[in-house]
Amino acid sequence: MTGKTIDSYGKPIEPRASSERIFDNSFKIAAKAFAIAICLLIIWIIFQVFSQAIPAIKEFGLGFISNTPWDPIRDVFGLWPSIFGTLVSSALALLIAVPIGIGVAIFLSEDYIPSGIQRVFVFLVELLAAIPSVVYGLWGLFVLVPFLKPVGVTRPSMLPAALILSIMILPMISAISRDALSNVSKDMRQAAIGLGATRWETILQVVIPAASSGIIGGIMLALGRALGETMAIVMLIGNSNQVSTSLLQPATTISALIANQFAEAQGLQVSALMYAAFVLAVITLIVNILAQIVVKQLQKI
Amino acid sequence: MTYQFPTDFDPSELKINSKSPRTLFGFIMNGITFLFIGIAVVPLFAIVSYLLFKGIGSLSPSVFTELPPPPLVPGGGFGNAIVGTFIMVGIALCISVPIGVMTAIYLSEFSKGQLPEIVRFATNVLNGVPSVIVGVFAFAAFVLTTGTYSAWAGGFALSVVIMPIIISTSYEALKLVPKEVRDASIGIGANDYQTVLQVVLPAAIPPILTGITLATARAAGETAPLLFTALFSQFWPNFDTKLMEPTASLAVLVYNFAIVPFANQNNLSWAAAFVIVMLVLIANIIARVVTAKRQY
Repeated sequence: MTGKTIDSYGKPIEPRASSERIFDNSFKIAAKAFAIAICLLIIWIIFQVFSQAIPAIKEFGLGFISNTPWDPIRDVFGLWPSIFGTLVSSALALLIAVPIGIGVAIFLSEDYIPSGIQRVFVFLVELLAAIPSVVYGLWGLFVLVPFLKPVGVTRPSMLPAALILSIMILPMISAISRDALSNVSKDMRQAAIGLGATRWETILQVVIPAASSGIIGGIMLALGRALGETMAIVMLIGNSNQVSTSLLQPATTISALIANQFAEAQGLQVSALMYAAFVLAVITLIVNILAQIVVKQLQKI
Repeated sequence: MTYQFPTDFDPSELKINSKSPRTLFGFIMNGITFLFIGIAVVPLFAIVSYLLFKGIGSLSPSVFTELPPPPLVPGGGFGNAIVGTFIMVGIALCISVPIGVMTAIYLSEFSKGQLPEIVRFATNVLNGVPSVIVGVFAFAAFVLTTGTYSAWAGGFALSVVIMPIIISTSYEALKLVPKEVRDASIGIGANDYQTVLQVVLPAAIPPILTGITLATARAAGETAPLLFTALFSQFWPNFDTKLMEPTASLAVLVYNFAIVPFANQNNLSWAAAFVIVMLVLIANIIARVVTAKRQY
């Protein structure tokens, strides 16, 4: 033996050139560095918004969340009407979009229609999700608000804003619910039908319970979207800083407040808006993280 | 041995009894489902038909070449907004495509230990960050630092918005390449980077391009991040100032011209919305066609 490994062509096998190894390693390190950068990006976003909000946090503390006035002239700022509007508009949107979205998901995961036509519907739902929110806002302003005149809507207010929001989150709910429903194994459906259940007994007592964590995850992701939705809301909600129980009154949300006031804001008002953005970021982060955890649970089943 | 037929068996019980409450319940639920799908499709058709009706009505060759008109002046267009959107979407793609694809490569090819799980989680969280937060973040990180609204700040904000889309679509694309292809590449003596760059990535290019197309459409329609970063401008983008000045975009034009009480501006808003939605539609159709054909 010469001590060198010989391949079948009789040539010695050389170790890889060191330059090649360095390139290989640096490629892997670069890939890893970019991946870490994504994690740091989220921390950077939170940090930037928080650091801009510090003057307002020092000035108003936690009372900012429960205070009502928003007065740039006297530099007194409170977020309660915006938080109230955010919660009401999101809750109304979910109330409308959840039953319809799950209905659409059932329709698209059962064999009501041939699969070719089903794919067309799935594409239409995807398209609905891809239309930018400013286009929804434009349509809402010029078509939906005049259309709602018979029910008493005379100007941009809570009702058209909540309706447009429900149209916008509908595709999200139906797409994720449909995935969850069609992932339920065929055996379970067949077993239920074999036991004599009708189609709807199968759907309501077997398929939906089995898919429930996926559906709930989808609803929570949609809630996150609804809470942070900006352009359509700022165009349709009327941007009035008041707490009103009437759906026909103008209101505001946190994101609409930021989008509406940021351009003209100065001094402490900018900081107050950053504080509002920070509150919104925390709320949506919590909702999104909970949604992730619920969806993860689904994947384990 | 003869088979004893059960004496208490009534074959008519096997037929669907259309009057039984269980059957009726099914009918009612079917009806509700069809009603819901109707309710869900109506807004889509209402929006698309209105866009076609108002958008095409307001389109003319001049809207693509002229500058936005001042109030009460007829004519005009949004040529500068189209150029601005192209510039900022281009900047966004230049930032997020390399970072996003490299992250996807890390997740699908070199994932080891806890970090990939965290990165996937971070990507999903980033996808859920409202675009208005991205806007104020880019304002604080970019506009306050450089002291001016600019196309660069707008492009940066858009890149944050589309980053999760690029990562997740590229990751799915790389996952579609079978493991055997990687094994074969390593078997003939390729390095890891050679395997990734010369074998796996080329095979995954069509679905990655699909993801980039969808991300482009998304970026072209994003408005909130641009409100705080690029603002708007009545003029053509100025390359002499290296784009360090407010820049117009189609999405912000739709917003600005929708909320003013001037009919000519409103019409331009519809026309710009039509252009954006056509872009989205084409991107989605391309995505459908490309993903229908699979290499492996």
